Amino acid sequence: MERVPITVTVNGRRISAVVEPRMTLADFLREELGLTGTKLGCEHGVCGSCTVLWDGAAVRSCLVLAAQADGATITTIEGLATDGTLHPVQEAFWEAHALQCGFCTPGMVLTAVALLAENPNPSEEEIREALSGNLCRCTGYQNIVRAVQLAARHERADT
Amino acid sequence: MKPPAFAYERPQSLHEALEILAREGAEARPLAGGQSLIPMLALRLARPTLLVDLGEIAGLDELSLDDGTLVAGAMVRQRRLERDPLVAHHLPLLAAATRLVGHPAIRNRGTLGGSLAHADPSAEYPAVALALEAELVIRGPGGERSVPAREFFLGPFTTALADGELLTAVRFPLPSAATGWGIAEVARRHGDFALAGAVTLVERAADGTCARAAIALFGVATRPVRATAAEQALVGQPLTAETFHEAAVRATEAIDEPLSDVHGSAVYRKQIVPVVVRRALEAAAQRVQAT
Ligand SMILES: Cc1cc2nc3c(=O)[nH]c(=O)nc-3n(C[C@H](O)[C@H](O)[C@H](O)COP(=O)(O)OP(=O)(O)OC[C@H]3O[C@@H](n4cnc5c(N)ncnc54)[C@H](O)[C@@H]3O)c2cc1C
Repeated sequence: MERVPITVTVNGRRISAVVEPRMTLADFLREELGLTGTKLGCEHGVCGSCTVLWDGAAVRSCLVLAAQADGATITTIEGLATDGTLHPVQEAFWEAHALQCGFCTPGMVLTAVALLAENPNPSEEEIREALSGNLCRCTGYQNIVRAVQLAARHERADT
Repeated sequence: MKPPAFAYERPQSLHEALEILAREGAEARPLAGGQSLIPMLALRLARPTLLVDLGEIAGLDELSLDDGTLVAGAMVRQRRLERDPLVAHHLPLLAAATRLVGHPAIRNRGTLGGSLAHADPSAEYPAVALALEAELVIRGPGGERSVPAREFFLGPFTTALADGELLTAVRFPLPSAATGWGIAEVARRHGDFALAGAVTLVERAADGTCARAAIALFGVATRPVRATAAEQALVGQPLTAETFHEAAVRATEAIDEPLSDVHGSAVYRKQIVPVVVRRALEAAAQRVQAT
């Protein structure tokens, strides 16, 4: 199949590549760029573990073709910390024990980052609704919800 | 779980897209938000040889008002329908329905037209289109045609769209000022496909009775259906709990081929139909009274 040239900005770095049309954005990030923090669970859009930010909005990288991402700005979990300092949401996940095996964590964190960017003060119900598309089989979700509440408090205190 | 190989084109105009589709025939598929098509590719339920990405075609993502009608382009993202002030002001039903579609990450990519063309029997938009008697605007090699929602949805994942045709816009007639709306569904989690759902419109006459009603059901039959017996049971009646109860019970008469799967049996789905209809009718009545 004829390969498609793309230019994407990933974690602040502009990257030009030529991809097979059927390559998903998730596979592009993991296999071409080595950004394996983006996890692949179900590979058909149900589990949310491959969530990344696309121009700041959460999307499932297994449900977008790399070819479609031409021109987009993508943030993966690797792009959240700055100079070794964790992002407030990452910090809150650590503080609130919001992860066990860690597989769903990148997707959970990025979903929470997108939520707080548009709603800095979400209710518990709004947090649960925003996270309802991300599956976690370890934590039982309670600490994840707490972590998002904690991050919201910290971010508000900082601004 | 990787998609099979296919070619990819991203035309810049509708004309070009239609030409590519005409050239490639039935093996080509339009790609909108990809939130249903890419899972189908990953599961190998679809094996197109070419995907025609509609993402850069100018004019397909417009929202406007035209003489009492909200016109929404096929490529308008679901997330935008959820938040756009024009929708919130003139057709809040469409915004409310959108909040029930999947999760934010799905709605950020998913489109209105993609959902309608996909025609999942459990999807919200087809029922909204059916309740509002929307017109679906279709472009093909032979020009443009307009199909009323009631003739568009033919069965599970089957519509009146022919190969080589594209859905370009949807025309939603705005309900009258005396009309209230409701939408209710039962799903396992927020964002899951509905096990049963109802969209209702209730128009109040000057004497306070029901002048007109529309009830569209989703998640219960092979396609969205209007519960006409229930609608008729409402007309001329006072907008009371008793009337809604009676109408809700009659809503199941509209279901000739009930859906039944691992998520919910036909018996269960039929049992919850009156519940969602009653809830959606009560919501509509509250909104009509509030005006
Ligand atoms: C986890 C998950 C949960 C979901 N939950 C829900 C839910 O609760 N309710 C719901 O309604 N949906 C749900 N969806 C589906 C979602 O709404 C999809 O966005 C929608 O069904 C398809 O829209 P799309 O733009 O992504 O289209 P695509 O996936 O790109 O296309 C879908 C189909 O329509 C065709 N098509 C697309 N656009 C056109 C056009 N303009 N003209 C002709 N043909 C066209 C394509 O060829 C394809 O066959 C869910 C999806 C996921 C992954």
